[in-house]
Amino acid sequence: MTDGPATPATDGPVTKLATPIRIEYEYTAGLAQSRFLKGIAEGKFLGQRCPACGKVYVPPRGSCPTDGVATTDEVQLGNTGTVTTYCVVNVPFQGQSIEIPYICAQILLDGANIAFMGLIQEIPTDQIRMGMRVEAVWVDKDQLGLSMASVKYFRPNGEPDAPYESFQEYL
Amino acid sequence: MSPAPTRTVRPVAVVSFAQSKSVRREDHRNEVEMLMPVVTEVFSSIGVTKNDMGFVCSGSTDYLVGAPFSFVSALDAVGVWPPMRESHVEMDGAWALYEAWTLLQEGEIDTALVYCFGRSSPSDLQRILALQLDPYYMAPMWPDPVALAALQAQALIDAGKATERDFAAVAARSRRDALGNPNAQVAKDQGPDELLGDDYVVAPLRRHALPPVTDGAAAIVLAAGARAEALRERPAWITGIDHRIETHALGARDLTTSSSTRAAAEGAGLFGTSGGASVAVDVAELHTPFASQEIIVRDALRLADSVAVNPSGGALAANALMVAGLVRIGEAAARIMDGSASRAVAHATSGPCLQQNLVCALAAEPPAAGGGA
Amino acid sequence: MADSEVLRAPHVLEYPYLRSVGPVIGAFLTGLRDGHILGARSQSPDGAPTVIVPPTEYDPTTGRDVGELVEVGPSGVVTTWAWASAPRKDQPLDRPFAWALVRLDGADTAMLHAVDAGAPGAMASGMRVTARWRAPGERVGRLLDIECFVPEAAAP
Repeated sequence: MTDGPATPATDGPVTKLATPIRIEYEYTAGLAQSRFLKGIAEGKFLGQRCPACGKVYVPPRGSCPTDGVATTDEVQLGNTGTVTTYCVVNVPFQGQSIEIPYICAQILLDGANIAFMGLIQEIPTDQIRMGMRVEAVWVDKDQLGLSMASVKYFRPNGEPDAPYESFQEYL
Repeated sequence: MSPAPTRTVRPVAVVSFAQSKSVRREDHRNEVEMLMPVVTEVFSSIGVTKNDMGFVCSGSTDYLVGAPFSFVSALDAVGVWPPMRESHVEMDGAWALYEAWTLLQEGEIDTALVYCFGRSSPSDLQRILALQLDPYYMAPMWPDPVALAALQAQALIDAGKATERDFAAVAARSRRDALGNPNAQVAKDQGPDELLGDDYVVAPLRRHALPPVTDGAAAIVLAAGARAEALRERPAWITGIDHRIETHALGARDLTTSSSTRAAAEGAGLFGTSGGASVAVDVAELHTPFASQEIIVRDALRLADSVAVNPSGGALAANALMVAGLVRIGEAAARIMDGSASRAVAHATSGPCLQQNLVCALAAEPPAAGGGA
Repeated sequence: MADSEVLRAPHVLEYPYLRSVGPVIGAFLTGLRDGHILGARSQSPDGAPTVIVPPTEYDPTTGRDVGELVEVGPSGVVTTWAWASAPRKDQPLDRPFAWALVRLDGADTAMLHAVDAGAPGAMASGMRVTARWRAPGERVGRLLDIECFVPEAAAP
């Protein structure tokens, strides 16, 4: 059984019962996610395009959520993108690994049709803006692996902010 | 017990059915990738798309995936855009079909997609199913479903209602019939005598009396009235459908009978107006994962001896959790759609020892207008 | 690694649930801690008095509130059993045992537990069994305060 609160010892009426559970799984990433993670391990972002609507999804999940068909073509995306929206996390929570306050943002890579969540660093938390142009900062080559930990964070790349119209449909 | 229904039943039919080939481990594709071809096939075989569906309802369980809201990502297999009416049950797809049938009764929509999926291979199914039991009095002992089914099988033997040879006969027949089902997982020709040489897994159940562990997915399209006739030359009309549940206190139940199956069958109008007569359908697809349970459900449904039971091989040949019940409805419907049967009954179960049961009566003719089946 | 190879990873779900048990289950578990097995008084649909063990808040057949708790057991009758020749993780015993539904003396429903019978040949429906309790200091108020049941004839 797992470690966790035990049924408390008491001389009075029993009011609680500990019923810990532990289930072990083998998670299968599936075809699309496996391709994406292998790309990450090589320091690149790989998306997939829907043959029906032409949209590029990253990370790809194997199907287009609007058409319900398998995404087919692999598309390599660059390292730059636009912050579509963001929030500044101030509240501590269990399992937190990043020092608060920190910026959590939705990042639309150039060429993608869906944003994904990422950490923004190298900017004071009161200066983050929608439309800010950012670039990925990867770990050192010898530390690349099959997980998003290969991407340390995104940081401003100095380009002028993207106009609202260029990303408004991705909000 | 409730009387046969007398309300007006809007004629709703199964017009398409598709399933994945049942396998022990689907370990290359994830749930969405496994489901997509099934949804594609259930649509393409009748020339419709998701845009023709008035409602989407699915059955699956997060406990198999080990992640919350796993059914939400499965919608990617359908493509719910523009936004669609959608629902989900943490149950076998047979119950998702019940919900879709219920919504179709209201008359606002004419079609529904029902789908379900389950991969048991990522984890230990025997352990996961203990989590559906009473958390105070049963789950802490982690009884596996084989042990619970064995308690029921022993009770059946003690009551003089069956023998181990009867269990072997059910298993032998099912797996031999499965040889004719390209989607079945376990199919072989072995007689009862040979099977009785199997070791016990949990006595009195030997290996052959147990279902396989399966990864799979299935889908059905339902359509109402004229829409059903337009989509399929010979729709499988649902003449009645009902489901009932017994208490979860295992020791308070009579494990040798299935009162909930009997009540659901009455609610589905299976016994007609003559009450207790033997039911003469052409085919019965019963979701009885353990061979001993087929004997109980046959009796609850009062099936005539002449009825072909589980020509697909049933759950003993392929038992994807969350899927095998809908597959029973699909297989029964397929016999009507291909013209080899005129009347059929499909059964689905959930919970330990047949705790909850659904009965679906199907026919080549729609239910009479203005009255129940 | 081959391009077509799919990635897999182990994943553990673990929850430390501490459930509040309420007055009925709580009273039953308190009884177990103190070495007693309790059932709840109820009535069958035709009005005959019954005792539900283990007690639930509502009668499992009629849905009505149950009444007071009364002591039952510690011995009773096996109403059905099954032989666990290869016990699984976290099951009551780590040697082969019988699962059993035991209808304790004074009860009208059976409870699920384990019988340490030694061999399947020692089990039969209708046989009498009695509770083997854990030592008082080890009992905390859970079903396994009863370590298991044993054939009554063999009980010390």
